[in-house]
Amino acid sequence: MIVYLDNSATTKVRKEVLDEIIEANENNYGNPSSLHRMGLRAEKEIENSRKSLAKLINAKPEEVYFTGSGTESNNIAIFGLSNLNSKDNIITTRIEHPSVYNVFRKLEKKCKVKFLDTDSSGRIDLMQLKENIDRNTKIVSIIHVNNEIGTIQDLESIGEIIKSQNVNTKFHVDGVQSYGKLKIDVNKLPIDTMAFSSHKVHGPKGVGGLYIRSGIKLNSLIYGGGQEKGIRSGTENTPGIIGFGKACELINSSFSEERNKLYQLKGQYIKRLTEEIPDTKINSPADSIAAPHIINVSFKNVPGEVLVHYLEDKGIFVSTGSACSSKARDNRIIEALNISKEYEGTIRISLGYFNNFEEIEYVVYNIKKSVEDIRFITNKRG
Amino acid sequence: MYNIVAVSFGEIFLKGKNRGSFERKLIDQIKYSVKDFEDVYVYRDSGKIFVEARNEDMDEIIEKVRKVFGISVLSPSIKTVKDPDEIIEKAKELFGYLLEKKDIKTFKVRTKRTDKSFPYKSMDFSALVGGKILEKFSSVKVDVHNPEVEIFIDIKKDCYISSERIKALGGLPVGSNGRALLLLSGGIDSPVAGYMIAKRGVEIKTLYFHTYPFTSERANEKVKRLKEILEEYCGKIKLYSLNMLEIHKAIRQFCREEETTILARRFMMRLAEKIALENNMDMLITGESLGQVASQTMKSMAVIENAIEMPILKPLVGLDKAEIIEISREIGTYETSILPYDDCCSVFAPKNPLINPKLNSIQKSENNLNIEELIETVYSTMEIL
Repeated sequence: MIVYLDNSATTKVRKEVLDEIIEANENNYGNPSSLHRMGLRAEKEIENSRKSLAKLINAKPEEVYFTGSGTESNNIAIFGLSNLNSKDNIITTRIEHPSVYNVFRKLEKKCKVKFLDTDSSGRIDLMQLKENIDRNTKIVSIIHVNNEIGTIQDLESIGEIIKSQNVNTKFHVDGVQSYGKLKIDVNKLPIDTMAFSSHKVHGPKGVGGLYIRSGIKLNSLIYGGGQEKGIRSGTENTPGIIGFGKACELINSSFSEERNKLYQLKGQYIKRLTEEIPDTKINSPADSIAAPHIINVSFKNVPGEVLVHYLEDKGIFVSTGSACSSKARDNRIIEALNISKEYEGTIRISLGYFNNFEEIEYVVYNIKKSVEDIRFITNKRG
Repeated sequence: MYNIVAVSFGEIFLKGKNRGSFERKLIDQIKYSVKDFEDVYVYRDSGKIFVEARNEDMDEIIEKVRKVFGISVLSPSIKTVKDPDEIIEKAKELFGYLLEKKDIKTFKVRTKRTDKSFPYKSMDFSALVGGKILEKFSSVKVDVHNPEVEIFIDIKKDCYISSERIKALGGLPVGSNGRALLLLSGGIDSPVAGYMIAKRGVEIKTLYFHTYPFTSERANEKVKRLKEILEEYCGKIKLYSLNMLEIHKAIRQFCREEETTILARRFMMRLAEKIALENNMDMLITGESLGQVASQTMKSMAVIENAIEMPILKPLVGLDKAEIIEISREIGTYETSILPYDDCCSVFAPKNPLINPKLNSIQKSENNLNIEELIETVYSTMEIL
């Protein structure tokens, strides 16, 4: 039995999506920039996909741009929005994905950078945000749903604070984990740009998306044929884009049902794990501020990596948030959340479309067995 | 420029009667080292081995052959027929090539004639070729005592013209000096230990202990990669792997924590000895270096070694860490050794390991364990990676 529970890392492509990708590779392989009929046909399909992406966040199609990945979208937005000099400052959080965090680390050489703290639920301190925005603040970048523990940030309040402090400050959102999982309406949120990714929503790898609000100007990072209105030159990955579009269309068609199912699965996992296994700590916050698909959990004195290997032997695939304590790798997210040492071996169970209720008992049983075994081995006699 | 490389042996000369079999081993190793190239021909001609290959592959061929143990010097050469005019042409060509690479003021020509039917005597032919070179390249002079460049014409069944000399690794051809089992850990030391023993002509096989699922499968890949780097020197190497988990569980349950490492090492030696005996190997090899860690103190090493009868070779025992690192860089294992996939979870490493273990108290602890059964259990996890 294979139970894939690492959907925040990447997802399996849905069959309907795969069929479209194959069809595009076989029959719709023209270059959208070509003058002839095949070029036009490819272009049309790309525009259809753009509509599907836009619909999911209530954006206008012309506000959606295709890129090569979520990472690329974050880079394009942050570098493209900020023409920085040494007087400027920029703000992000301590719990960003590396594709934002490392961009800000890089920019530390150019200007002042503030990394906001979070509380133990992973939410940023709004007062601290407010205090740090001044007339030189060029950009604030916030991760919508944290990829390790699933905390949702309150984008509405954050955006209001940003715009009330400095109307010129740009607000970028890393939406890679929230896109397709949460109801997002860009018209109700005071955001300027938002990044998302195809392979997190059962689309193919190698395609990303970037929302840019009408009227916002970005500098290009890549020069070439001027595709995607100059935002991302390079021949479009037509089959990938068509696949991404199909994945979004499928999400659109059953959005609420899917989201509710994920929340129910998550709730059941949490219930059964805490019932069955003593000294279990759920690190993800309550559902009111947490995404439906991410469960971050620690079992006292159980190194996450070891548990991952135990479970892979049973065909269960989860990921680990941290290495074991002996040679603790720098895990700034676990660190930011202030998790005590005996619980720092975390694992992340992340759900997707293909998961179901039948898997839960198999998974809980094997986690229980593995945790008992690991605790037995690592705890000394007497 | 070159179409062949002449291989001069190192210590094989010392080995009298065994020379023939040593040479055959060396040829086998050379053939293995260049197996990925097409149109390569390895053969013997009057006391030397020659590796003939396409001109464009020559640099890579030399790089590969240089790593074979038992070779003292490589001479990239031009192979020609034994026609004096042809030889003179090629010698001039070679000289022109050398002159392009560096500024040469003085040279000499030396001829060696194994085939006495060649129409010139060695001295006469050297003088003739030297004269022709002087005619063509007016800027150079002959210096028979201290030349910057020597053009060497070796007349055997065919004729080989060379000048450059590339120092090889020395040692003895692998397989000429018995077989031993290397305990390969994935760290810096053990590949170096294996390299040093293999260099003395020993055919090595390797054994890797892991504690999956307490270690990652990626650690296997790392050890495999290290084995592959050693194979560039030693030819094909077998890699056994064993899962120590059951032994660690038992130690954890029935013995004192500070004894863990010593006890585990004694089990490793027993398992290694078992594999060695079953596969016709005479000694074990470890990367231990005196005083490096708790299990490598004089007393620890003595207690560990006591577990078995088979001798353990420890070629690094007197080297400093820095010296070991230097060799590992030279042989190309360092970068792989430092990848972070080694025992990522040191849950089995005691907080305060013994540095002065006493044999009788260790033996007493082992009385709490069913040694035979644990050995069999772990032995049954064997995989060939």
